Parts: sequence; C-alpha cells; structure tokens
Amino acid sequence: MTAASDRAWRLGLGLAAAGALAAFLGGVFVIFLVVAGAAPDFRALASDRYLRGVVLFTLEQAVLSALLSVMGAVPLALALHRARFPGKRAVLRLFLLPQALPVLVGALAILTIWGRSGLVSDVLAAIGLARLDIYGLSGILVAHVFFNLPLAARLMIAGLDRVPAESWKLAGQLSLSPLVTFRLVEWPALRSALPAAASLIFMLCATSFTLVLVLGGGPGATTLEVAIYQSLRYDFDPGRAITLSLTQIGLTAIVLWFTTRLGGDVTAGFGLGGRARRYDRQSRGRVALDTLVLAVGISFILAPFVAVVVRGLEADLARLLADPAVHRAAGTSVVIAVASALLSMLVSLAIVLAMEALRATRGKGAPRGRDAMRKVLETTTSLVLVVPPIVVGAGWFLALRQVTDVFAAAPYVVVATNAAMAVPFVVRIVGPALAAANRATGRLADSLGLVGLSRLRFVDWPVLRGPVALGFAFALAISLGDLGAIALFGSQDLVTLPYLLLQRMGSYRTADAAGLALILGILCLSLMALAERGLAPKGNAA
Amino acid sequence: MSRALVLDAVRFSHDSSDMHFDLSVEAGEWLAVIGPSGAGKSTLLDLVAGFATPDSGSISVAGRPMAGVAPAERPLSIVFQDNNLFPHIDVFRNVALGIAPDLRLTPTQRDQVEAALDTVGLAGFGKRLPTEMSGGERQRVALARVFLRDRPLVLLDEPFAALGPALRREMLATLVELRSNRAQPPAVVMVTHHPEDAVGHADRTAFLDGGEIVATGPTRSILSGTTDPRVARYLGTITTRASE
Repeated sequence: MTAASDRAWRLGLGLAAAGALAAFLGGVFVIFLVVAGAAPDFRALASDRYLRGVVLFTLEQAVLSALLSVMGAVPLALALHRARFPGKRAVLRLFLLPQALPVLVGALAILTIWGRSGLVSDVLAAIGLARLDIYGLSGILVAHVFFNLPLAARLMIAGLDRVPAESWKLAGQLSLSPLVTFRLVEWPALRSALPAAASLIFMLCATSFTLVLVLGGGPGATTLEVAIYQSLRYDFDPGRAITLSLTQIGLTAIVLWFTTRLGGDVTAGFGLGGRARRYDRQSRGRVALDTLVLAVGISFILAPFVAVVVRGLEADLARLLADPAVHRAAGTSVVIAVASALLSMLVSLAIVLAMEALRATRGKGAPRGRDAMRKVLETTTSLVLVVPPIVVGAGWFLALRQVTDVFAAAPYVVVATNAAMAVPFVVRIVGPALAAANRATGRLADSLGLVGLSRLRFVDWPVLRGPVALGFAFALAISLGDLGAIALFGSQDLVTLPYLLLQRMGSYRTADAAGLALILGILCLSLMALAERGLAPKGNAA
Repeated sequence: MSRALVLDAVRFSHDSSDMHFDLSVEAGEWLAVIGPSGAGKSTLLDLVAGFATPDSGSISVAGRPMAGVAPAERPLSIVFQDNNLFPHIDVFRNVALGIAPDLRLTPTQRDQVEAALDTVGLAGFGKRLPTEMSGGERQRVALARVFLRDRPLVLLDEPFAALGPALRREMLATLVELRSNRAQPPAVVMVTHHPEDAVGHADRTAFLDGGEIVATGPTRSILSGTTDPRVARYLGTITTRASE
C-alpha cells in the first residue's frame, strides 16, 4: 500500500460513513413524503393558534434561557477567573457535571429543590410565604439555566484564558484599577465569547425536549420538539410532525449559521480552563463580592446534585437494585448505549480520518474538489444538530413498519439515532487531536512510508487513544441519558433506565424515581470519570 | 552610586528546572542578558518584575527589598516581545496608562503623553488603534510609556525580537536617545537572542545557561567568547545559524 492508496482508502471509508449518516438523517423526510404521504402544510401552521403559540413559546423560552444563563455566567466567570483558592479546579470540574448528567435526572433534581414540595418551597412556607409553582415557563427557565449557566461560564472562562499573559502582567505592572482592568482586559475577552455563548444556549434551549416534557405546563408551555413528539405519539399526525420539524430545522439552521459566524462552537466547552495567572489588584471589597458570587453560583449548581444523592439514598435502593424491571431496564440501557457509542465512534473515526486525509493532500496529488469534500464531511457531522432526533426515529419507524415487525426493529432505530446524536460531539473531540498530531508528525510519517495499519497503530492510535476514550464515554453518556428516541419507541418490551424513571415519575412513585435517578446519575458520571482518568493515556490523566 | 538591581542567592524551582541567580546592576547601567532557549532569561525578568516569587534569596530594586511587593508597586517598567498594548484603546490612552491607571488625566498629564509620543516619532498617532500600526510602531508606543513612567529600572524581554535587523537597530537607537534625554538615565536589563544588539549599547553582558549566570563582564569581553567555553559554544551556534 502506498501513501496515496492509504489516503484513498481513508477518504472512501469516510465518505461512505458520511453518506450513510446523511441518508439516515435526511432520508427521514423522503420517508415522510413517500411512505406516510405527509406533505408539510405551513398554511395550517400559520392559521392554527396553538401551533403559532408553540413556535412563539419555543422562541420566548429560548431567548429568556439564553439571556438569564449568560447574565448569570458573566459575574460567575469573572469571579472564578479572578479568585485564587484551593479547590478551584474541583469547582471547574463541577461546572462540567451538568453536561454529563442525564437531563431527566437533572429535571428531577430541579423539582426536588425548586418544586412545590421542594427545599426552597419548604423554606418559603416556613416563613409564611406561598410555595413555588415550578411547572411552566419558570420551571423550564430554572432548569435551562441550571444546565447552561455552567456551560456559558466555561466558554467565558475560556475567553479570559485566551487573553495574552502579557496583558495580565501589564495590568498588574501598571496598577490598573479593577474597573479599568475590566474595561481593557476582561470585558473585551468576555465580549468575544458572549454572542457565541448566547446563540449556542439559545439553540440548545430551542431544541430542548426532556426538560419541557417534564416541566412544561400543558399547551401553554410546549416547544416545537415536544409538539413534534405529541403529534407522532398521541395524535399520529405525520403531516403536522413534518411541518413542525421543518419549522424547527429552519429555526435551528439560522441560529447555527449565526453561531458559527460568531465564532462559536456548538460542541465547545469541554475544557477545564482557568489556567491564566493574574497580577491585577485585588481589593478586599472585590474579593468579598467574588466570594459571594461564587457561593451563590456554586450552591445553585451543586444543590440539585446534592438533592439527587440525598433523595436517592432515602429511597429503598436495595429493593430497586433487586427489582427485575430495573435489571432489565439497566441491561437494555447499557446494551443500547454500548452499541450506539461503538457505532458513533466508527462513523466519527471514519469521517475524521477522511478529513485529515484530505487536509494532507496538497497540489498535484490532491483529489478534485478537495475543499468541497471537506465541507461536505464537516456539514454532515453537524446535520444532527438541526434535525430533531425524534423526527429521525419516527421517520424510520414509519418506513420499517412497511417491511418488518416494527417493534423488533425499534431497538436498532434507537441505537442508530443515539449514535447519530453523538457524532458531532465525538468528531469535535477526536478531530482536533488528530489534526494537531498530523501537523506535527504527518509529513514524517509520509516520508517514512507509514501507511495502512502500521500508520494507524504507531502514528494515529497513540494520539487518538485519549480523545477516543473521552468521545466514547461521552457517546455512552448521551445514549444512557437519552429520552428522545426512546420516548417515542418505549414499550413494555423496550424499557431503558430513563424511560423507566419517566414511568415511575408519571405514576407518582417519587421515591422509586429518586432512587433510579441516583442509579442513573452514578452510572453516567462514573463513565465520564472512567474515561477521563482510567482510559486516558498514562501521564495524561490529569 | 547606588545599585539599580541586586539579586542575592535567588533560587527558583519551576517544573523540573532549578534556577539560581546572583546579579547586580548599577544605577544607569545597561546589562544585556543572553543565553540559549530555556536558560532562564525570561524567568529572571519575571522574578525581578514580581510575576514569579523566588523560593529563597532576596531581590532589591533601587535599594528597596522586593519581598512581598506587588508588581504594580515595584519601581520598574517592562516591555515584552509582544502584546505590550491593549488593542481596544487608542495609542494615546495606552501611553497614558503609564501615569494614570484610571485614565483620568489632568491637562498637564495630557501634555506629557503628547510629548512622550512626540519623542518616539509618533506625534499625531494618538487616535490610532494598535491594530492599525506596524510592529515597530507598536513597540515605540510601549517605549514611550516606559519613559513616561520614569522608573529607575527598565526590563526589556526581547522587545525587538520580532523586528527585522534594520528596524531593530532603529529601535535600539530610539532607546539610546530616550535614555540620553534623562538627567538620570534608567538602568536597563535587556534579554536578547541577538548578541549583536548588546554590542555598542550594553555596558555589560550576562550569559545564562541551565538556570544560572555562567559569566558576566564587559560586553566585548563576553562576546569574544574567551571567558567561558559555554559562551563560546553558544556564540558558535549563533554564528553558524546566521551564516546558514
């Protein structure tokens, strides 16, 4: 095998993987049109008050969630970046947790703290005030801020970390006041991260499903994604589902376009940051204010986790762990998660290796349309960010119904949908590592004639091992916590842990739900910790 | 004459490297610091400027011990290789920060800033943003600020390394002129990768290797390469690199 044929292989496999992914996601619309005979009817959307309300509520809650998250994240990021205290790294790790926590567990935790029978309501009732009513817009906003404020704070800390070390040194050397330091150093760094963070959170909240399903308050608090689910699961109206899907795709595509133009990365924010050393003045007043901001912020993020643990431990865990239904659900969850993580990894690796093969070819030997091919591969990996997973699952469900026993096929559709959902994240974890390695040693490997398996083994794998482990764990966590596709396909024969948790919540078995949430949360977070520490290459685990 | 800088048995450990510095610089003296990459040249300046804290030993600037003194309170100025200016404010305000950290200027201070810009040949450039200027012009702005601050010690951390040879010579000439305009010129400690920058400017040159000062002496003597074989080896690699 020569270097050229090696690249051709990689390119071929990558294009095949991207083609399969695009067909899986895009084919859904063909299925809706051909198999279900459902054409989009935007006129109906415009004239239906309920549907108009859904679109407006989707936008309203997403705008408010983005604004609140970003407004809360600015002082928190500044305080965390300025503060020097033991355990700062642990706090930065805490800010990673909401992203690894299954959304349904987060929703339950929010209810435990902010719900009508929650901790805050208990305190309010004790001092004679009315209990909180979390269902509806307020609950959705609290939950979205819980999940997204840490993400926004991390993006802003990353922005502050990009400030050149010399600027902090100058601020210290010139004795700039806190206000001038904010104006000249901190604010420009934050301002560069703000639009991307806000539009990213807007998009995540506009496509939010689980939180709205659990915390939404009926027709007045329904988003597009939930309305799509309802039109398929309850009304079985594929025409309305496709109209709503296309509306959502249009909406998210516009926001995604803005996000990428503003320099944001939808899958960013995995780093711990907080590395910069600062030499600017620390007044007592500012230290006190920062301490207060940190205490409030950390409590807001930590409290739901504590609630999950406390309430979970109060549940009859021994009975739950011995419950055959829990065994079955956990087994199904693990099998689906492992299968979808493996599939996601295969597709992502094939695409990433092809993208690097394209980057490596320049001049005469380069395939025609190299840049166009790269663009196609990149766009394909982002497709799932705009195509709702529920629509994908539903489309394939309808198609398979024509040719096979749909309940037998359901697990495969769930696996494929979950795998597709993880692709953009895995590609963005693995891709930059391979690109950096290729920049450093790619030409050396070429000159030594390292191709095929030996190149994969000696050049690519040592570099990819750590990111692959992290990407794999992330894909596992996404699938384990998923309540998108499974909400549609869940049945007596196909029950995952989140689906079982939803069932127990729906039947008001709150103690069981709390116990299951703890089990699910521990499972997901252990996987993340395992990937970060255990599977990473030696000497790189910190 | 008092000493501008004294490092007495300063030890500093960072990652796997241990550094040890003993050095003194007279008031008004110009000391060049040369040495291979990773020798500890920039760390030496960081210790003096207060950006790093020694494990042991003492540092004094203009006769004042620096232990526990914040970077802002040290009687010195520093110029880095890059990022000496805040890109979001104009040149005038970048210079003004040297005397008014809150940017509230009295009319006299405004005149001083204008005069400082004039001295470095940038009169009329005050409204420009740093991004609208060349690398050489930006470093001139940084020098204007340094001389406006008027501290007894100036640290230069390879400030002209990114400039071409002709521009570097021009900047050094500006630096010489700025110092000669002072009744009491500040002492200069200049880290450089270009030994030729030391010739004709630096009274003395210190050679650093492996985290310690291996040789110090009159610039011509040090750069002759006869004082220490390590200096000779280093100068040899520089010469070879230049002739390639």
